[in-house]
Amino acid sequence: MAMLATTRRISHWFDERLGLDAIRQFIAHKTVPLHSATPWYYFGGVTLFLFVLQVLTGVLLLLYYRPTPSEAYESVQFIVTRVQFGWLVRSIHSWSANLMILTAFIHMFSVVFLHAYRKPRELTWLSGVVLLGLAMGFGFSGYLLPWNTVSYFATKVGTDMAASVPWIGPPLARFLRGGEEVGGATLTRFFGFHVAVLPGLATLLLILHLLLVQKLGISSPPKVEAEHARKGTSIPQMPFFPNFFLRELMAWYAALGVLGSLAAIFPWELGDKADPFASAPAGIRPEWYFLAPFYTLKLLPSHVGFIEGELLGLLGFAVLVLGWVSLPFWGTNKQGFDRTHLVKGVAFALLAYLVTFSLLGYYR
Amino acid sequence: MTRLGSYWIGVFLLGLLTPLLLEAKDSCVECHSALDGNLMTPTQAFSADVHQHRGFGCADCHGGDSTLDDPDGAMSPKRGFLGKIKRTEVPKLCARCHSDANLIHKFRPQQRVDQYAQYQTSVHGKRIASGDASAANCVDCHSVHDIREVKDSRSPVHPLRLPETCARCHADSTHMAKYKLPTNQFEDYRKSVHWEALAQRGDLSAPSCASCHGNHGATPPQVSSVAAVCGTCHALVEDLYSKSPHQPVFAGMGLAGCVVCHGNHAVSRPSDALLAGPDAVCSQCHEESSTGGKAAAEMAQGIGGLQAALKRSDDLLGVAKRSGMEVSEAFLRLQEGREALIKGRVAVHNFQVAFVNKPVSEGLAIASETYRAGEEAMNERRFRRIGLAFSLLTIAVTIAGLWMAVRSIESKSERTKPSGS
Repeated sequence: MAMLATTRRISHWFDERLGLDAIRQFIAHKTVPLHSATPWYYFGGVTLFLFVLQVLTGVLLLLYYRPTPSEAYESVQFIVTRVQFGWLVRSIHSWSANLMILTAFIHMFSVVFLHAYRKPRELTWLSGVVLLGLAMGFGFSGYLLPWNTVSYFATKVGTDMAASVPWIGPPLARFLRGGEEVGGATLTRFFGFHVAVLPGLATLLLILHLLLVQKLGISSPPKVEAEHARKGTSIPQMPFFPNFFLRELMAWYAALGVLGSLAAIFPWELGDKADPFASAPAGIRPEWYFLAPFYTLKLLPSHVGFIEGELLGLLGFAVLVLGWVSLPFWGTNKQGFDRTHLVKGVAFALLAYLVTFSLLGYYR
Repeated sequence: MTRLGSYWIGVFLLGLLTPLLLEAKDSCVECHSALDGNLMTPTQAFSADVHQHRGFGCADCHGGDSTLDDPDGAMSPKRGFLGKIKRTEVPKLCARCHSDANLIHKFRPQQRVDQYAQYQTSVHGKRIASGDASAANCVDCHSVHDIREVKDSRSPVHPLRLPETCARCHADSTHMAKYKLPTNQFEDYRKSVHWEALAQRGDLSAPSCASCHGNHGATPPQVSSVAAVCGTCHALVEDLYSKSPHQPVFAGMGLAGCVVCHGNHAVSRPSDALLAGPDAVCSQCHEESSTGGKAAAEMAQGIGGLQAALKRSDDLLGVAKRSGMEVSEAFLRLQEGREALIKGRVAVHNFQVAFVNKPVSEGLAIASETYRAGEEAMNERRFRRIGLAFSLLTIAVTIAGLWMAVRSIESKSERTKPSGS
């Protein structure tokens, strides 16, 4: 009894200062629309869970990792061979990074197919797409950190691509590399981006994204809205807490099981230490989420008319990304009606392109 | 067009034609190009010749004056015309320039100029000097009128083509009949490990005819010098052999060192089977029960044992690596074990068991150490999988518990929901 009274007193103390009761009330009244597509809502939460795992395992890796060309590889080797459960921490960090990008893609496409980007959720969409871009930036910068052969040459190819952009390309590539070639300065910079710049930006954007989701609530698909409007009923809702939250927790546990299995059965390989003087190994390719653009650029001829093939490809990707980011603005017409068929068609085409070209890039 | 314009066009055309007008005249090529057969062929071949590229012409070898149009004047003996060079005179003619360091070093500062001196010591050179015109001279190997640099892969003396060039004469039974020489060397060489390295792997440093017999000073190695010849590449083996008990015995018996076990032109890939078993060469001289036979068996056993132990470690580490275990350090150590195996095989050439056992013991220690590393990696793999099984079980139970909690909450709220809502 005394214990309960103490807990209440502490809770009251915090409540007076932080207004926790308002948050409790908000959570108690928060609901999630219940329909056949509700399971797709879990992917946002799973992505968040994997991001948290990234932060935790990243902090543990930081205890031993040393970002210099002479020590980076050896420090990762030390982590996976000598540090107690170091192999598990490193494997979970690497696998969860990849799974996080996969679930972020699934979350993004589910938002598109459920038309959740519509007014007033344009900013939620924009912050989400930028977060996915940051996640890929995490992947690109983190890939170099073990300083192994594959990561070294993949970074060389990636920064070479950046250099081929007219005007800003060469200074951008120099900025990324910290010089003319990938070397010690690049490793230090990428480490800085990976553990300071990107986490800072990602945390701010994540807070904004989550606040927008809370403020605007969870969107229902137009088809479901129309069906209930025709029937004159309201869309059934599921209480967020505990019903949705416990289901989300189950999804998190399932993700943890998948991660643990991958880490134990297929530990992330370390490969051979990078040798800048060696020739690039055959079949060098980037991480799977960069494979589609990589393979597209590989297919392009050296010149298309008067323009360089690689430059044309990069311009094409820039247009594609801009078009995708501005989806909420062209996804509805001037009268405010949704262009659901157009958006679905574009999304299917993009998905088909990404899957096909990623597979071709992997197997060819 | 004004007069001034015509003047400048004239000056321009003259400027273009001047180099053509100033180019040295070569009446040899002009006349012989218009002839047929053997008198015309050299003019075509000469365009590919290294001498032509360096600015030499027909007259530099054949004499005469190539600036004269009149054939009698151009090919006058008074102007040093030699005509067709006698085969026995060819080496001397080539040596006029190739033994002249001042001339040759203008083109290649590091080019040797002792080819003729060496040639005179060769069997080919001695026979030419004795008047045997069918013995090989410079042009038989280097070609004539289309001589290319040795590094040019089209040259008949390029390392990849040299064995075939030597075989043109040495595999010709008619040509070799009068010298009473065998003609199977090229056929044997093509079965050898040296040919495999040269022709199949394209290793230009692999030995061909000239590597053992010399090139300009070509001579068959004598029985006593075979080990020294092989030792130019296999230096360590030669050193071990020279200190071995076999060396004085073979020398006393007039046996040609390395050739006794490995053969000469058909040097096969060395294998541990040469020591013991049905293909053993030791057993050709040593009976199994003799001291030598027992020593050979012991050396074979040691080397075979080390090879098997290293393979066992390699297999186990391979399984661990494929399971994602980090065993790169053990693989590096295993490489040292393989080096010990190589040292053991080389040590055989000393023909003393104790000498072979030293690297073999070192290798066995490494094999056992790396096998332990492999076992530890496999234990770690087992530990991870058991840990995973427990974790998955815990996760499954937790998910089931959460699902039951959700069902319970939802059925409770269904029951408490006011009727009609």
